[in-house]
Amino acid sequence: MEQRIMLYARFERFWHWSQTVLVTVMLITGFEIHGAYALLGFEQAAAVHSFTAWLLIGLWVFAWFWHLTTGEWKQYKPSAPDRIVAMVRYYGFEIFQGKAHPFHREFSCKLNPLQCMAYLLLHVAISPIIWVSGLAYLFYKSWSTIEAMSWLSLGTVALIHTAAAYLMLAFVIVHLYLAMTMDERPFSSLRAMVTGYEKDTGEQPGSSK
Amino acid sequence: MTKIILQYCIPLLLSLAVVTATYAKAEEEPATGQLEEDVKEVPKTSTADHTLFKELQKDFKTGPEVTKACLGCHNAASKQLHQTTHWTWAYDNELTGQMLGKKNVVNNFCVATASNWARCTSCHIGYGWKDAKFDLKAEDNVDCLVCHETTGTYKKFPTAAGHPNYEPKMWPPKKGKVWPPPDLKKIAQSVGAPTRESCGACHFYGGGGDGVKHGHLDSSMKNPSKELDVHMDAAGLNFSCQTCHTAGGHEIAGSKYALKASDDRGIVIPGQPDQARASCESCHGSAPHPEEADPHLNDHTLKLACVTCHVPEYARGGRKTKMWWDWSTAGKKDEKGKPVVIKDEQGYDTYHFKKGDFTWEANVVPEYYWFDGEIEYSLLEDKIDDTSVVPINKIKGSYDDEKARIWPFKVMRGRQPYDAENKIFGVPHLFGKDDEAYWKSFDWDKALRAGLRERGYEYSGEHGFVETEYYWPVTHMVAPAKNSLTCDACHSENGRLQNLAGVYIPGQSRFAWLDILGVFILIASLGAVVVHGFGRYLASRTRGGKS
Repeated sequence: MEQRIMLYARFERFWHWSQTVLVTVMLITGFEIHGAYALLGFEQAAAVHSFTAWLLIGLWVFAWFWHLTTGEWKQYKPSAPDRIVAMVRYYGFEIFQGKAHPFHREFSCKLNPLQCMAYLLLHVAISPIIWVSGLAYLFYKSWSTIEAMSWLSLGTVALIHTAAAYLMLAFVIVHLYLAMTMDERPFSSLRAMVTGYEKDTGEQPGSSK
Repeated sequence: MTKIILQYCIPLLLSLAVVTATYAKAEEEPATGQLEEDVKEVPKTSTADHTLFKELQKDFKTGPEVTKACLGCHNAASKQLHQTTHWTWAYDNELTGQMLGKKNVVNNFCVATASNWARCTSCHIGYGWKDAKFDLKAEDNVDCLVCHETTGTYKKFPTAAGHPNYEPKMWPPKKGKVWPPPDLKKIAQSVGAPTRESCGACHFYGGGGDGVKHGHLDSSMKNPSKELDVHMDAAGLNFSCQTCHTAGGHEIAGSKYALKASDDRGIVIPGQPDQARASCESCHGSAPHPEEADPHLNDHTLKLACVTCHVPEYARGGRKTKMWWDWSTAGKKDEKGKPVVIKDEQGYDTYHFKKGDFTWEANVVPEYYWFDGEIEYSLLEDKIDDTSVVPINKIKGSYDDEKARIWPFKVMRGRQPYDAENKIFGVPHLFGKDDEAYWKSFDWDKALRAGLRERGYEYSGEHGFVETEYYWPVTHMVAPAKNSLTCDACHSENGRLQNLAGVYIPGQSRFAWLDILGVFILIASLGAVVVHGFGRYLASRTRGGKS
């Protein structure tokens, strides 16, 4: 019998999709500012990029607040090594043999161990690096004349910011692939991210806790 | 549904209509206090009508006679002028310790004033500087009229050492127009504050012709349009030169020898000790862009001069400026023995037997360099390195220099004669009726011997031609904001500042290795995803369609 299980709370869905929009816009405008192509023109691209940066930082503050107050931050607690190995084994071999996914998604544990590690890396490393270097980029004039800051140049800030942006884009590529193609039923993750619910097939997962 | 429409939409529409109607009515009503009626004729700033002075109702024979009359009332004027670079043609640069000024520097136009006095000093604010013995203390020799007359009919004759022609005379000699002698009485009575035309009489024609030298000062600046110069716009702000080049006691602010690369005094207000306004910042401050503009525009003032963006091109007024002057080809005659002159379609000389080859350009994109205001000249006493391009002047500054800004420059390049054995600049004696003058005998050795002798140097007898470059900061022809450079001019792959060292310019600067690494990571991710997906597809097919 089919039953619907609640996977993503309203805020999580809002957070995910507003991040999707903002990150997409920022990647497009960011790489234009970097000089990869001409689309909006530098002036527009820079204006849109700075504006969306503030929105994303605002969203980030909300998200941290939400995760800390709801305890949802625990979703990102790294798993035991053997669980990660199980995921690597699954993606690397078992998936080709048609074996079942080693973990089952449920509200209290919606991320698989590898996913959890990737998101943790995204939220505590890549994103903060982008935000901090981005703010340094925006406020260049304020710190560049301070003697104590002479070790840092705009070039270095740009270097860090751009490097993190490449990682972000790589994340998006892999994330899209995994999110869109790994479902037992096509696009059920996408549907879950929109409605919040996933239809549970009732099949027993390979291993649970 | 109908109820909703009746309850909300109709009242809303009605109120909208009322508001629109009221607003439209307000637009039609004439504004109180019509502008045209308010505008009164601007009172003249002078309190004296010079046509009424007895002293000026004379038939003056010469310029110095007029000066004597001026000094009768303005008794300190000549003494003041004697202190200025306009008069001395000497400038003591305290920053570098170099003695500069037209008397001392060498350039790559007509090279040097020494031994060519009577020709060069047609742009001196005095009368009679025809040789090195000119009396720099004589008060009557100051030319008041060249700056202060307002009829536009007073002209110093090109070869008369600063005097106008007192008899009808032809220029250019033998084949030009006859210059009538000026009506000195009328001219003397016309005196007033200098106009753009007064200053332009010399400064528009530096280097021997309209627009030749500066490129951002030429006769189009007499009555410029708003597009050409937003401040001097004849139909708009209509600034005179001294609106910015503030003058007091005949000392005029703003020197090209000691330029301020950045001005941190803030907006100059009365009471401040230094009232000079010859910088953009002295009126606009260092955060000139308005609140509603992108805040990052003002960040640029940290490293950019205002003119870098606001003078997108120079020589925009329909006149060309000289960019290249090669003296080494001068002196050619055609098969019939006739001296060669070649002109382009617009009538600009591209070759002249007296001067060599030229190139001219209009609407020129400046070259950009770091500049902190310090300029070091190569002077006659300096040995030059003839194995490479010799800088007439070197501009100092770098990214790390707090005072330095990125500035636009006209770089005048050319080839000019030098003493090949002593390795010093040549001073060619060009002008004169004597046999040593180059424009008489076309003999470089004679000309260089005479020229160097005039400056106290002995010529080795061996001449050559060396390539030189001369850096001229571009400061005029400030375009209206809408025509200033857009971001993409610099923030793009082949942006205007691509050759500048030390500065990271988003959109233009790159860390090549980062981009290679970044693209590699992207390709690797994409590749991994494609290979993985394809592998799954193949595997599921082998298993017989079971996903």
